[in-house]
Amino acid sequence: MKPSIVISVFLRDFRKQKKRMTLTILAIAWGTISIMLLLAFGEGLKTQMFRNQRGLGEDIVILWGGQTTIPFQGLGRGRRIRFTEEDVDYLKMKMPELKNVGGEYTRWGVTIRYGEKVFSEHLAGVYPCFEEIRTHYPQAGGRFINDLDMQEKRRVVFLGDKIKEKLFGPEDAVGKQVLINSVPFTVIGVMIEKLQMSMYSGPDEQKAVIPATTFAALFGHRYLNLMIYQPKDPEATKALEKRVFEVMGARHKFDPKDKQALYVWDVAENAKELKNIMFGLQLFLGLIGGMSLLIAGVGVANIMYVSIKERTREIGIKMAIGAKRRYILSQFLIEALTITFAGGSLGMSLSYILTEGFKRIPIESDVLSFMGRPTVSLDIGIIVILVLGLLGFLSGIFPAMRAASVNPVDSLRYE
Amino acid sequence: MIDMKFVRKKYTTGKIEFEALKGIDLTVGKNEFISVMGPSGSGKSTLMNIMGCLDIPSSGEYLLEGINVRTLSANQLAEVRNQKVGFVFQSFNLLPYATAFENVEIPLLFAGVKARQRRDRVMNLLAQVGLAEKVGNKPTEMSGGEMQRVAIARALANKPNLILADEPTGNLDSKSGGEIINIFRQLWQEGHTIIIITHDQNVAKQTLRTIRLKDGTIDNNGNGSAPL
Ligand SMILES: Nc1ncnc2c1ncn2[C@@H]1O[C@H](COP(=O)(O)OP(=O)(O)O)[C@@H](O)[C@H]1O
Ligand SMILES: [Mg+2]
Repeated sequence: MKPSIVISVFLRDFRKQKKRMTLTILAIAWGTISIMLLLAFGEGLKTQMFRNQRGLGEDIVILWGGQTTIPFQGLGRGRRIRFTEEDVDYLKMKMPELKNVGGEYTRWGVTIRYGEKVFSEHLAGVYPCFEEIRTHYPQAGGRFINDLDMQEKRRVVFLGDKIKEKLFGPEDAVGKQVLINSVPFTVIGVMIEKLQMSMYSGPDEQKAVIPATTFAALFGHRYLNLMIYQPKDPEATKALEKRVFEVMGARHKFDPKDKQALYVWDVAENAKELKNIMFGLQLFLGLIGGMSLLIAGVGVANIMYVSIKERTREIGIKMAIGAKRRYILSQFLIEALTITFAGGSLGMSLSYILTEGFKRIPIESDVLSFMGRPTVSLDIGIIVILVLGLLGFLSGIFPAMRAASVNPVDSLRYE
Repeated sequence: MIDMKFVRKKYTTGKIEFEALKGIDLTVGKNEFISVMGPSGSGKSTLMNIMGCLDIPSSGEYLLEGINVRTLSANQLAEVRNQKVGFVFQSFNLLPYATAFENVEIPLLFAGVKARQRRDRVMNLLAQVGLAEKVGNKPTEMSGGEMQRVAIARALANKPNLILADEPTGNLDSKSGGEIINIFRQLWQEGHTIIIITHDQNVAKQTLRTIRLKDGTIDNNGNGSAPL
């Protein structure tokens, strides 16, 4: 059938059922907007959640020493397990599956002074690999602690961006001297601002970090507060956990099955869970949006039934001059799809305009840094188009099947 | 052309059964010109629907050009209606939103004729029925006689042998009715087989023979002419 006839038939129907047709198209548009905005909201939230989580570091596992609960090789329970710098080297040597292993000393209430400004702060002694695994990336002009700093126990300090702000204000900090418990340290870098929702001892932006070796020498600490490792294969954290218990168990003499001997925070596994939760949330939001679209779809089906009833005679005429069933079927299917996509494209454009508008609003509120900004991704667009297609098809196919089963003799008999 | 052996047609409305055709035996040869007469409700339209493959007999056999209609699928029946039969109705049955051109074009679209050929064919047909100037008119912009001529052009689109007309002049004044009958006469002279249902004795007189229906049977005892 000529497209121009399909269009003119559609327009004639539109004129005849103007009100109902307009309402249906608006209902589809509304359904599309709700599904798109809810998905866009979910997308923004998801992006923000992952960004926040990445502040701590990706694909890492954090280990704390615990207490034994199972007697082992003649040793009783209740023994404390504590790590030293040797444990870091040992784990790295024994487990080539690990890309990075590091450790951290911590101390609260350390005085840091720059000129007249004195603060009591949180100081950590860390390994060079923290730059990568704990995302302590330096701002331009600075650097993080390196291997040479470690070997030579240099008195250098890397500052979180907030603590730098407190001590130096807008002044450049790199190369300046600060006093840490009256010992002079050189500032080698300032951390790039980052979002961090997950943390174990305060946000990194508030911390000053120095080489672990320097820390041990300065404060006489013998035990690390924690160890961190990062496997080469980010998917392998779960499997490697058992191996870590075996290796550390052999060294510290505890039963590898003793779950209390080490506390494990599998950040990578958490990320996976978060991903699942976010997927579930997206699905839920999508279903809510889909619901209003479904109701609109019922409207389309209804309008099609009415239109077919009014055009029974036309269907009969076409059959009398040789229309096959599938032609009648596709004619009405195309009409249903046209209505659906007319409403759908209206809704999609409006949603896009709304989310783009939202991006332009320059509010840096806490709510936004938690929720993120609603984002219409390509995936969402594709999903919505597929849903609309399915809906148009479903709301069209049943009325169209009824149209195709019209008995031409009956439909022509009534003058 | 047409071969009917004891064709019956039963309609069922709810629980009520009604036999509109009660055993019709009929043979129509090539290039005949036939009128069908009979009181209202005698089964004329039912007979024509069966002849045109719009409906199939409840029992009995109907052969169109030697093909037993009962053996055809729904799609094949649609093809037969598209290619071998042309319908003309009392109430014209044009698509109201389409122009004369588009109405005549539709059977060609169903037949899958290419655009250029379609155009030529439609223009020829409309010229043949004297409507060359009305190609762009919609049904509401035409007189009854003009609408019926568009319907005839549409019936002729795929060059069918058989033209079936159900009271084609019933809604027309006598002048335009006469013009329509003249067109049918001309088509008959060109070799088409024409069957016209009519109440008009003057129309019937112009045909080669008249079939009289009464209560679903062919009435041979009346003053109808015997088959040739
Ligand atoms: N589709 C149908 N369903 C039920 N009854 C029908 C149907 N078509 C025709 N009839 C009945 O069959 C009889 C013959 O109808 P029809 O063939 O239209 O007669 P005619 O064209 O001679 O006036 C009438 O009594 C009519 O009511
Ligand atoms: Mg009739």
